Amino acid sequence: MIAILDYGSGNLRSAQRAFERSGSEVVVTSDRDVALNAAGLVVPGVGAFSACMRGLVAIGGDQIVRDRIKAKRPTLGICVGMQILFRDGDEHVTSELHKGVGIWQESITKLAAPILPHMGWNTVSVTDNSQLFKGITDQAFYFVHSYAAKSPVGVAQGWTTHGEKFLSAVEDGAIFATQFHPEKSGDAGLELIKNWVEML
Amino acid sequence: MALSVRIIPCLDVTDGRVVKGVNFTDLVDAGDPVEMADLYNLEGADELTFLDISASSSDRETTLDVVRKTAEQVFIPLTVGGGIRSVADVDRLLRAGADKVSINTSAIARPELIAEIADRFGSQVLVISIDARRARTESGFEVTTHGGRQSAGLDALTWVEKACSLGAGEILLNSMDADGTRAGYDIGMISAVRAISKVPLIASGGAGTLEDFGAALDAGADALLAASVFHFGIHRISDVKKYLGAQGYSIRNNRIA
Repeated sequence: MIAILDYGSGNLRSAQRAFERSGSEVVVTSDRDVALNAAGLVVPGVGAFSACMRGLVAIGGDQIVRDRIKAKRPTLGICVGMQILFRDGDEHVTSELHKGVGIWQESITKLAAPILPHMGWNTVSVTDNSQLFKGITDQAFYFVHSYAAKSPVGVAQGWTTHGEKFLSAVEDGAIFATQFHPEKSGDAGLELIKNWVEML
Repeated sequence: MALSVRIIPCLDVTDGRVVKGVNFTDLVDAGDPVEMADLYNLEGADELTFLDISASSSDRETTLDVVRKTAEQVFIPLTVGGGIRSVADVDRLLRAGADKVSINTSAIARPELIAEIADRFGSQVLVISIDARRARTESGFEVTTHGGRQSAGLDALTWVEKACSLGAGEILLNSMDADGTRAGYDIGMISAVRAISKVPLIASGGAGTLEDFGAALDAGADALLAASVFHFGIHRISDVKKYLGAQGYSIRNNRIA
């Protein structure tokens, strides 16, 4: 079973249907035990870093994510759900950084691009060891964000350029993350979701 | 590769049905929004826009069902516009499965609505739709209401700047002069808006020939929205994308090889 973490952020209904396309049972939940024990946990997220982090902490989601990662249970962060896995983000604040879950010790910073948000379909160039992108070549994915990680973390990476190069996908043992929305990326996104589900 | 240009078909929906002439031979039910959304998806639409033209609140409820069904079956971004007046309206649409909402008249009437929506859901959900035409205002362009029949008494570029400063995530610029003419986009208006805004710009109104689409991109549009040229089958989305790709624009190939 796959659990989609419901902490008040993201288009959960269409995410659920997209993951169901892989043939799995999918539940949308904020229940700690269900989220901890699911074969795969999806952490969605749209909007501001700080608002997402507040919502996540409010349901104990930061600890759920840490506990799953400690137990090597597959977890996939999408969009802001990827960003909050990092140490901190400087979105919407001038004086103080916003703390993330801190799985990766890098920061999320604003993209240096003339037009923001980075909105639309862009390609991802992936390292050869990627499992998520297996069999998917020359495909674009749907992005909506203004902030991103710029340094490599994890074992396999995907990179995308908008104004500057940024980290658009990460695979790090049991942790997976995409800056784009696979659930909104048409056939290419459904294929990537299927790849992830097959690894569970 | 860079960010692809987006081709966005717009469907007018009321009482759960797509209205306006639709001329696709391969549709079983030409008025079914979900079926049309799926067909446009297969043709390579990069996003979909539903414009809710419902006159009654019961019809609006039906639109939520249409959004729900579409979002459950078609996995590309969906924007819904029409009749949105409050944060609660936006919340309902996002919960039904919309990814973005577009607001027009209600933002002119009460600009703070832009900030309220952006603060609650983030700028990325909010498209500000502007019906503009050429006029003797400071910039030479003014905002209109009532489908272009009335002046809003507002300079179009002033309004773009204000909407962006309040938190607009994207601008949908409809030329009321070009709308329905198929004589080409208002290139001057697109360039003027591009020059003063740093959010993505969707051009609308006037698409006729394939060259028109390229001209709007050259003027600075990031995305192109059209209704009748697609609904009447004058151009298929796949043909527009093939043309633009051949001209060197970055387009998304939607088929897994």
